[in-house]
Amino acid sequence: MSAEVEYEPVIGLEIHVQLKTRTKMFCCCALSFGDEPNVHTCPRCLGLPGTLPVVNAQAVHYGIMIGLALGCEIAPRSQFHRKNYFYPDLPKGYQISQYDVPICGPGRLADVRIHRVHLEEDAAKLVHVGESGRIHSADRSVVDFNRGGTPLAEIVTEPDLHSADDAREWLILLRTTLRAIGVSDVNMEEGSLRCDANVSLRPKGSTTLGTKTELKNMNSFRFLAQGVKAEIERQTKLLRSGEEVSQETLHFDPASGRITSLRSKEEAHDYRYFPEPDLVPLVVDDAMLEAARAELPELPSARAERFEETLGLPRDRARDLAFRTELGDFFEAALAAGGADADPIAVANWIPALVERIGSDADPASSKVSPGALAGLAGMVAAKSVNQTAAREVLTMLVASGGDPAQIVEREGLGAIDAQDSGLAEVVAAAIAADPGAADKVRGGNMKATGPLVGYVMRETKGRADGGEITRLIREQLGL
Amino acid sequence: MSADALDLTAAAAAAAVKAGELDPGELHELYRGRAAADQLNAFSWVAPEAAADDFNRDAPLAGVPLGVKDLFCTEGVPTQSGSKILEGYRPPYTATVVEKLFEAGATLLGKTNQDEFAMGSSNENCAFGPVLNPWDSTRVPGGSSGGSAAAVAGGLVPWALGTDTGGSIRQPAAFCGIVGLKPTYGSCSRYGMIAFASSLDQAGPLTRDVTDSALLFSHMVGQDVNDSTSLAFPEQIRLPTARDLSGIRIGVPEELLGAEGGIDPGVRESFEATLELARKLGATVMPCRLPHAPHALSAYYIIAPAEASANLARFDGVRYGLRVDGDGDLTSMYSRTRAAGFGPEVKRRIMLGTYALSSGYYDAYYGTAQRVRTKIADDFKTAFADVDFIVTPTAPSTAFELGAKSADPLAMYLNDFCTVPMSLAGIPAISIPSGLSEGLPVGFQLAGPAFSENRLLEAAFALESAIGFDGSAARSGGEK
Amino acid sequence: MLERKTVDHVARLARLELSDAEKDKMAVELSQILDHIEAIRQLDLEGVEPTSHVVDIVNALRADVPHASLSRAVALASAPDPTDSGFGVPSPGASAE
Repeated sequence: MSAEVEYEPVIGLEIHVQLKTRTKMFCCCALSFGDEPNVHTCPRCLGLPGTLPVVNAQAVHYGIMIGLALGCEIAPRSQFHRKNYFYPDLPKGYQISQYDVPICGPGRLADVRIHRVHLEEDAAKLVHVGESGRIHSADRSVVDFNRGGTPLAEIVTEPDLHSADDAREWLILLRTTLRAIGVSDVNMEEGSLRCDANVSLRPKGSTTLGTKTELKNMNSFRFLAQGVKAEIERQTKLLRSGEEVSQETLHFDPASGRITSLRSKEEAHDYRYFPEPDLVPLVVDDAMLEAARAELPELPSARAERFEETLGLPRDRARDLAFRTELGDFFEAALAAGGADADPIAVANWIPALVERIGSDADPASSKVSPGALAGLAGMVAAKSVNQTAAREVLTMLVASGGDPAQIVEREGLGAIDAQDSGLAEVVAAAIAADPGAADKVRGGNMKATGPLVGYVMRETKGRADGGEITRLIREQLGL
Repeated sequence: MSADALDLTAAAAAAAVKAGELDPGELHELYRGRAAADQLNAFSWVAPEAAADDFNRDAPLAGVPLGVKDLFCTEGVPTQSGSKILEGYRPPYTATVVEKLFEAGATLLGKTNQDEFAMGSSNENCAFGPVLNPWDSTRVPGGSSGGSAAAVAGGLVPWALGTDTGGSIRQPAAFCGIVGLKPTYGSCSRYGMIAFASSLDQAGPLTRDVTDSALLFSHMVGQDVNDSTSLAFPEQIRLPTARDLSGIRIGVPEELLGAEGGIDPGVRESFEATLELARKLGATVMPCRLPHAPHALSAYYIIAPAEASANLARFDGVRYGLRVDGDGDLTSMYSRTRAAGFGPEVKRRIMLGTYALSSGYYDAYYGTAQRVRTKIADDFKTAFADVDFIVTPTAPSTAFELGAKSADPLAMYLNDFCTVPMSLAGIPAISIPSGLSEGLPVGFQLAGPAFSENRLLEAAFALESAIGFDGSAARSGGEK
Repeated sequence: MLERKTVDHVARLARLELSDAEKDKMAVELSQILDHIEAIRQLDLEGVEPTSHVVDIVNALRADVPHASLSRAVALASAPDPTDSGFGVPSPGASAE
């Protein structure tokens, strides 16, 4: 192996999404997060002898919505299987999941092809307690079945991603899409969105896939990017030194940045899938499809396209707004409040400044700034009745205590000095008189020398004057 | 009154209670006394003395005592499914079918012994000792609902609930000289029945006569939201009244009467005599074909153990039942708990089922068995185009001696040769006593298309009247 | 005849601790049963659909409406190793040594 070989990463994601139903996948226990352990259980989700699963219709509905949102083919008939393995968080000794015929077949989100989406039940939570003081249980864990049986959609992509950052970006788009359709809280920290990544490398230009490894459960977007990056580096090093990548399941520790192997080779997995005899086939008819379709809002990718093509926003700005639903919503609300005169580009340009002031994760809708206020401010800037610097100050005040930007400008005396206002011409004349050297240089053609003159005017007008107007007046008064 | 009451069928006893001629408390005490003095080991638990207001005289079943196979969950009452792994287990809920019978006025007399997890044809696979046949206490009562069959035949309870997976109601009914009905799959809820093989298990009545069978069954049927595989029975179940079989075509499948079935001469003689009676009652008896029926047993002994291997995975020492500590690790706790909790036959079937589902063998075994199952169901459909019912001896022999087959699993499995095909096809079948062979009862099986229970019960009733079987000897001590 | 290592593997998958004698017996008995079953593998089943359900129903779905859950005390009532909050088990990470 030559050390010069360039490798291309090939990345596929497997995403588990907890669905935001009221009850669990196969029983009527309420979903919960952060409650006392083992208070949301029943004979079914404890796997008591004699109990049988019954499919939650809403989970199926959400499954179909996800499929439609990801452009998937919806299987007219699918079924559930049993996936058999022993683990304390799995009360029946098998997980009910979909296997050979999932509810959603091939689809696509942005540049990434979706392989499949299937429905299944979540495992319970295993809490390690360590030293418990009991003689026979020096090393003991406790199972909490509150989470056990939560409906999950597992989304599997094709290996269409080629960098850690792309993977992160795409996952953010997926999250926005799922949040927009309202099927999940999609919160990585709380575990309602969980992501595994399959990573392999191949020489650039090659089309065959290398041996892949599976990075498990990265619980933030940042860790996903870091983990994938670290794994790409690890595999690159291995290949460059002539070693082979072995197919295994890995864990990324964000604290140390280290990657460790998760499963011992001792037991090869043999899940012994077979059709779940306690459940009947799932048939998605037209009525179910229609019901799901009717509930789909405009999807983020379509919205970005509309922002770009209909409203004329630059591609990046369009995506920034559309891929965070709350920003897109606020933007559109501001446009609507601004009426026919509102300029989409001008309004959109003010969103980042707003986000900067309210915190990058906050929803502008819950800030003190009303969409109308933002549109008003953008409109005043566009009409040059307030300049950029002053407008930023106004925005800070709006974020602090709300209100009407026009009134704030009025109250604080931040309005731009009107071009027609003879007062500005007088100030400009005073600036020329105060710095004849600079005035001479300007007369001589050195336009950079307007700087001290403009500065003088700005100081005198407390920043309310429009820079372009000042320059125009300087040239006029110097006879240029 | 005792002696008289003992001779009443359940239907007659219910009528007598309603007519004010019989006190349900006295009836309960009569049977409670007999059940408590049980020499057959038919009961695993007998109810304590009941209070007068425990009896609902006006309900359809008028407080008549009921025996319930151990594997039906009964809230707060031991439910052990014949297994050490569930010794002393008291579930927090009651099986749907039992609940329905309580609502109809039945009173729980006791839980009856069974083969462990319903796996067996002799009741020798019971962690709480074998059940004895009331006709001859050196012989087995059949299985797996052997406790229920022995208790009814021995006059320890008027009637009882059993379950049938491959013959577990019909074969013990035959061995004990009573009536056993395996209904159409899906007609009775499985919720709360500790599962053996989910796609085959069905609850059904074990009764002294066909009328009792119809009466008990009529209060068991019905779709249950808790069991996705249950369905609405298309008609009311009626008490039978037929006096003859005129116009009825009865098919005798040569495949089930051939060499592999190994039908005992005494059994064949009784079978032929019953066919002759059927002709006298106006039926047309004709040969019919079930080409794949000889393969039913093979398919069954893949499908049932495969499903069982998953159904029994929940017995893991975590949430209920036995736990045997391992060496401090999880895997050894699991393996030791299950080794100590399951008996040899259950282990054998778990091993068989696990093997049949394991990687590389699924298609060869499970996939093949499922296809054979399709062929068998098709065979019945074809046959029922020409005949109304298909009849066979229920079991190839009469009750055999304790221990006679326990060393040879395959010989034991062959007991189910004539009952398993109907189980795989999901169709109803009833076993009625057709006479005695060397002092032991012989069973005659009638099977019909799905949901033909009313017609099946009518035909069985007409035959029963013509046969005139007298089972009182088993109730009065039962020594031959 | 089933190989011993197959019996070992299956017993491990099924979480059943079997003695050597039990394994030997199991190999013999399972082999007899499998030999008997072998006949169906000779059948011509080309194009035959597998049956996993005999009932002709689809979409047995329930409404997404919560019901009361069990109290923790009832949930834990039959647990072999209950703790204050849940079901105690040996830690999966603990080694057998």
